[in-house]
Amino acid sequence: MTAALRVMVVDDEAPARTRLRDLLGDLASALPTQIVVEASDGVDALEKGEGAEIDVALIDIRMPRMDGIELARQLGRQRPAPAVIFVTAYDQYAVKAFELSALDYLLKPVRASRLAEALRKARQAPATTEAIDRAAEQIAPGGRRHLRCSERGKVLLVPIAEILYLKAEMKYVTARTGEREFLLEESLAQLETEYGERFLRIHRNCLVARSAIAGFVRQHESCDADSEGHWLLLLRDSGERLAVSRRQWPQVKAAMEG
Amino acid sequence: MDVVELARCRDMASIRENLQALRLPDFCNLGTWLRVLLAVNAMALAAAGLLAGRLEQWLLQFSMTAVYVEPTTLLSLVVLCGGQRWLARLPGVLAGTLVVLVAVGAGSFCAALIAPLDPEGGGRSWLWSALAAAVLLAWFDLAVRARSPAVTEAKMMALTARIRPHFLFNSLNAVLGVMRSDPRRAEAALEELAELFRVLMRDNRDLVPLSDEIALARQYVELERLRLGDRLSVRWDVEACPPDALVPPLMLQPLLENAVYHGVEPLPAGEVVVRLARQDDRVLIELTNPCPPQAVASTGNHMALANIRERLLLFFDIEATLEAEQAAGRYRVAIRLPYRRRNVR
Repeated sequence: MTAALRVMVVDDEAPARTRLRDLLGDLASALPTQIVVEASDGVDALEKGEGAEIDVALIDIRMPRMDGIELARQLGRQRPAPAVIFVTAYDQYAVKAFELSALDYLLKPVRASRLAEALRKARQAPATTEAIDRAAEQIAPGGRRHLRCSERGKVLLVPIAEILYLKAEMKYVTARTGEREFLLEESLAQLETEYGERFLRIHRNCLVARSAIAGFVRQHESCDADSEGHWLLLLRDSGERLAVSRRQWPQVKAAMEG
Repeated sequence: MDVVELARCRDMASIRENLQALRLPDFCNLGTWLRVLLAVNAMALAAAGLLAGRLEQWLLQFSMTAVYVEPTTLLSLVVLCGGQRWLARLPGVLAGTLVVLVAVGAGSFCAALIAPLDPEGGGRSWLWSALAAAVLLAWFDLAVRARSPAVTEAKMMALTARIRPHFLFNSLNAVLGVMRSDPRRAEAALEELAELFRVLMRDNRDLVPLSDEIALARQYVELERLRLGDRLSVRWDVEACPPDALVPPLMLQPLLENAVYHGVEPLPAGEVVVRLARQDDRVLIELTNPCPPQAVASTGNHMALANIRERLLLFFDIEATLEAEQAAGRYRVAIRLPYRRRNVR
């Protein structure tokens, strides 16, 4: 017999969580499961699930604070990533997106047989992060609204809107907000694909929020006034300066002019 | 007899009824008054144009005519509004004749009053009044026919606010969720759901007392509380509420549903405030709910409001208003309609 599936149940309505718990209990003899995390919204789920190993996440879509779509994207970036099954009462738009991306979903009221089928499918062929992202981008374009950062076993969620720039240093990426820096476990290249509209690449190791750019100054190297020097980007408010690489300068210039 | 046949029979009956009945407009309605005044003046303007022949004389001729036209029209409308209840009981053609007679009477009366001041004009004003009244009656009859009965009925059926599938399926899921732990609660919830749907599926064409609407809305809130628990709070400000006021059916509940769906569900918790009050001869129905951050103005909301707006128009013409605004972090919908009560006969 295989080990029990470790399950995460996320729904903002208590009776809906109870229902899933009851159904999982009913299925236990045929399909042993263990509820590891039970949470009432996306933020709650990430906090409670920090460090926990989860095989399958059953996620409601409409929830306060962080909805199910964003939670799925966050979980998809976790290693190992749990298999995600969306649960929704009625959301034609989301359902269409799931079907286009061949994602499995459950309709409320959930039936035991359908739940068992979805769990088996999730164990054998879990939805890929790419498929989830593709569907999520259709339902809520513009990427995740938060970046996730773990600090001493605690989850911190950094709102994208507050990030001034993202910088790759050594093997980590740091996100700089008005207040402080956060260490992320994501690659700069991935972030650039997700947030290409919001951030501008100014250097091999740096993405800057377009809205945070105040201007550019030219800096001359040494005392050689004839040299072209290189450009520095001025950040709004803090006045901090960031180096623009020679290679990126034409693109940066074009982006600022256009 | 199957349903289709039954429907066809009803159609036949309504066609026969149509041939006999001349449909009178609501003479006390502000919209009717506006339309009558506009139409009468347009006719006077046209007549003045024909009589004047020359462009310079046109306006002069019109102002001379207006001296008779305005008081005659207003007097007729006042009399008709007052006598509306008696007119409604008469067969259509007889009522129509009476309306024309009222206009003729008003025309002659005004002509007699003004005659000493204007020795030249005023001739045949009774004829003009009769003509204008007949034309207007025909026009109103046509307009009412265009909207009714089949068209208005179909429109009403289509417009009668449909409950969100989101609410139905979530409620059923919630009932299943409490079924094992609290069977009595589950029973009560199913009973409430059944009652709610009975109201939703009945013939919702007539105005209903506001008290019925409040009872229905409270039942709906109870069901939502099963799902949302303490996250949802509703404050009822109904001290100045006229329970006997007649309102369109199924208006309060969809408004509440909107407020819960857009204002409370996306938040950890939220309060909806419902205010029902009488303001002189108007009834105010006002709902406010929190505006969650990043709230996307979803089309669902607009559809629900557009639906209610259109139904208000069908029931009250231009005498009812609906405004929606966002201020100080809250979303507010206010409906004002004329204070009507069931006729005590």
